[in-house]
Amino acid sequence: MTTTQDSPKTERSVPKPVFTDAEAGAQVFPDSTLRHYNYYKPQKRKQSHYEDVTVDVQPDPRHYLSQGWLYGFSDGRGGYPLDWTALKAWGSDKPSPERGPGTGGLFVKDWPATGWHEFRDPNEEWELTLYRYNSNVVRQVTQNVEAAKQSKAFEQWNTNWVRFVEHHIGAWMHVDHGLGLYLYANANRRAPTNMHNNAISVNSMHRIRSAQDLALYNLTLSEEIEGFDGSAHLDTWNNDPAWQGVRDVAEQLTGIDDWCEAIFAANIVFEPLVGELFRSQLVQQAAPRNGDFVTPTVVGAAEYDFAERDLRYSTAMFELLTNDKEFADHNKAILSDWMANWTTKSLEAARKLQPLWSQPDAKPPRFEDGLDRVKNRFSGIVTSLGLEVPKELAQ
Amino acid sequence: MSRQSVAKAHQKIQELSWEPAYHEPVSQYGTDYTFRKAQKKDPLKQVLRSYFPMQEEKDHRVYGASDGAIRGNMFRQVQERWLEWQKLFLSIIPLPEISAARAMPLLFRTVPNPELHNGQAIQMIDEVRHSTIQQNLKRLYMNNYIDPAGFNSSLRNFQSDYCGTIGRQFAEGFITGDAITAASIYLTIVAETAFTNTLFVAMPAEAAANGDYLLPTVFHSVQSDESRHISNGYATLLMALADEDNHQLLARDLRYAWWNNHRVVDAAIGTFIEYGTKDRRKDRESYAEMWRRWIYDDYYRSYLVPLEKYGLEIPHDLIEESWNQIWNKGYVHEVAQFFATGWLANYWRIDPMTDKDFEWFEYKYPGWYDKYGAWWENYNRLSMPNGHKPIVFEDVDYEYPHRCWTCMVPCLVREDMVMAKVDGQWRTYCHEMCKWTDETAFRPTYQGRQTPNMGKLIGHREWETLYHGWNWADVVSDMGFVRDDGKTMVAQPHLDLNPDKMWTLDHLRKCPPLASPNVLLNEMSDAERTAFAARYVKGGPAGRPAPADA
Ligand SMILES: [Fe+2]
Ligand SMILES: [Fe+2]
Ligand SMILES: [Zn+2]
Repeated sequence: MTTTQDSPKTERSVPKPVFTDAEAGAQVFPDSTLRHYNYYKPQKRKQSHYEDVTVDVQPDPRHYLSQGWLYGFSDGRGGYPLDWTALKAWGSDKPSPERGPGTGGLFVKDWPATGWHEFRDPNEEWELTLYRYNSNVVRQVTQNVEAAKQSKAFEQWNTNWVRFVEHHIGAWMHVDHGLGLYLYANANRRAPTNMHNNAISVNSMHRIRSAQDLALYNLTLSEEIEGFDGSAHLDTWNNDPAWQGVRDVAEQLTGIDDWCEAIFAANIVFEPLVGELFRSQLVQQAAPRNGDFVTPTVVGAAEYDFAERDLRYSTAMFELLTNDKEFADHNKAILSDWMANWTTKSLEAARKLQPLWSQPDAKPPRFEDGLDRVKNRFSGIVTSLGLEVPKELAQ
Repeated sequence: MSRQSVAKAHQKIQELSWEPAYHEPVSQYGTDYTFRKAQKKDPLKQVLRSYFPMQEEKDHRVYGASDGAIRGNMFRQVQERWLEWQKLFLSIIPLPEISAARAMPLLFRTVPNPELHNGQAIQMIDEVRHSTIQQNLKRLYMNNYIDPAGFNSSLRNFQSDYCGTIGRQFAEGFITGDAITAASIYLTIVAETAFTNTLFVAMPAEAAANGDYLLPTVFHSVQSDESRHISNGYATLLMALADEDNHQLLARDLRYAWWNNHRVVDAAIGTFIEYGTKDRRKDRESYAEMWRRWIYDDYYRSYLVPLEKYGLEIPHDLIEESWNQIWNKGYVHEVAQFFATGWLANYWRIDPMTDKDFEWFEYKYPGWYDKYGAWWENYNRLSMPNGHKPIVFEDVDYEYPHRCWTCMVPCLVREDMVMAKVDGQWRTYCHEMCKWTDETAFRPTYQGRQTPNMGKLIGHREWETLYHGWNWADVVSDMGFVRDDGKTMVAQPHLDLNPDKMWTLDHLRKCPPLASPNVLLNEMSDAERTAFAARYVKGGPAGRPAPADA
């Protein structure tokens, strides 16, 4: 047996674990079993995980915010003023409780006090879901493009199709990027509840991601295809007359002050009439006929973002407003005006895109057929919201 | 993605920004700063293709640790003293986080450099991440920690209580007023660059020492996004510095933002770290030591001072004064004592200090015991209901303080209290600087210059005003800080969960009514008010009233 002469160990100073028994259920006392957030009513029977991490994070003076907003703009208004949109949810016209010396908190007993707080994002987006979803998308897109590279899929493209992708697929990235930042991200400061603003910020990331997806796809193509001009999309966006209508409306969309109008114009009118026309009726149809099975997977990701997620929260949001127990008519009147205006503008932009349909060697279905299809879908969306199909759609 | 391909990808996405040709985007926020359009580099170099999977990977680690903590019965080793303060902290922090997200668009039009906007949008979604991941952590505590009271009512508490209100500045200050003051200087240059170190690095270390390794997992993950936000702020600051006309405003905003952050963050985090811990190893750093390292050396000496050569006027005096407050004037101790004095208006339990704590405090802050020892012994003596009233009503040589109109922390360092009639109302301030913030900085002119975009202090800033003349039992029920038997209070001045040892509304019913110091101040005659102020500044430390002959 050998013995080793240990040098005296200097003990490292670390906190020692202590048994505290501070575990749920260790004792019974008042509140010991009250393990749910008790300050809000769930939309369904049970509080959802999404609601737990979202509801009431953004406060409201009509609810618990007894001392009111503490910091204001130079006009003395703080927080999230309800008149940042012309639409109204029930209770909006009732004044906030007037608090002062000795009034107490004047907490509203019947909550919600306005219909705004009834909104829940049907996609239930929060941290965990949004990263999972978008990571899946970028992984999928990357793999598809990688697989195409390996199988030399781009070699089958004819010259006209290469030019088409270079210019027109490329041009759309600017729409995604511009709206992603200056319409959607911008609107995340403006809605009266956390549920609205979080859904809007997730929407914003979809668009910015999809812009980058297109840009990086474009980069790959410049590396893979001999003579592919990776900067052609800039000239198209800046100068091609076919795109100036889209650009004009996109810029007008970013100029909207009213946050509801911005989301409505973009997600209920522009995307169905212009975005889906371009993606679903042109790109997805023309690409396979021209030997391109890759572009549809990239563009399809954005189409899925919109059709399955962004449109979904938008309709849930506007449905509440068109069915509002106090302001349904008020809201419908305003929404109809917005719809008339943005339908006209969107259709003008759509029609200017028509020359694109004749550029590929193998032609997609006729422009008018595609336009009819998106008009039909648009009518369905509008009708489901309880709105009349605008006469401007006939243009 | 390889580093090389990230660089190439980043280069490529620069092609995405474009200038409007037909219509300008909406301009909704004003600033008195001016920016020259200049080609700028995106400081972040972040591409979403690598960003999303990177964040998802971080999530895997956080949620893996959460599962592990529950499976491993972490809560059998968590110190209640520590976790109780998380009821306050985690009620506050999700709003500042989400407000940082909301603040990003304030910069889009005011800083006309599209290269920076990409980074701001990523910061926006990072902040959505932080807010919801923190709500989720709190939910986990509510479900697994012995006492869910206060977690279960968290956001209601936060929004109706004076402590929440103090913390709320650290959110509303990001999203209102002059866009650059708010979203750049207050949020990014000061709150994120200076104070997230104490929030997200120093505090988690203390959590771990108290048996909670989940808080560090979540907050280190949060902090790992912060360096990007700091770069956003730095890029904007350099652009602002490029125009000499901005220097005066930068000096104003740094003074305001620094002082407000010091008042608010040091009050809260200092208290959690010094009074919420059971770790009394002599070699563990005190808050003052951490502050010296993180704030004074890392932020002030290494980040701010080098900016002086670009023309940035550094508030050297205020940084030294903050240190003076922490080291010589006992700012953190005064705050902790106040929280404990007013335990009955809170929504968490505050553990009394023991001899072991006293010894540590005396070692770290020589002279502590003479100032605060007797009061904490009284706190301990009065912690269980036994025929007496809560400590605030008992004679323990403590005078209930007036509240600072600006930072809303009470005027605890009594000698620093100043008073002014502003906007027709007599107000008390905890320090000359807080008076300056209200009287001078948040005004439409500054040193003779028009500042039409500067924000305003609004709201019922003294919480006590709302309950002036109320019985305390009614105050606590009105705020909803009552447990499910309808009478036991959420807050307790001790950690014993035996229902017989807990305070109830019945105990409060017998106490004197709540009186608002500010209402009383405005009812005084001029002579009374002058006498009040003269006496008040002779009080302290540790809340001691001024000697009778003063
Ligand atoms: Fe954050
Ligand atoms: Fe941040
Ligand atoms: Zn103050």
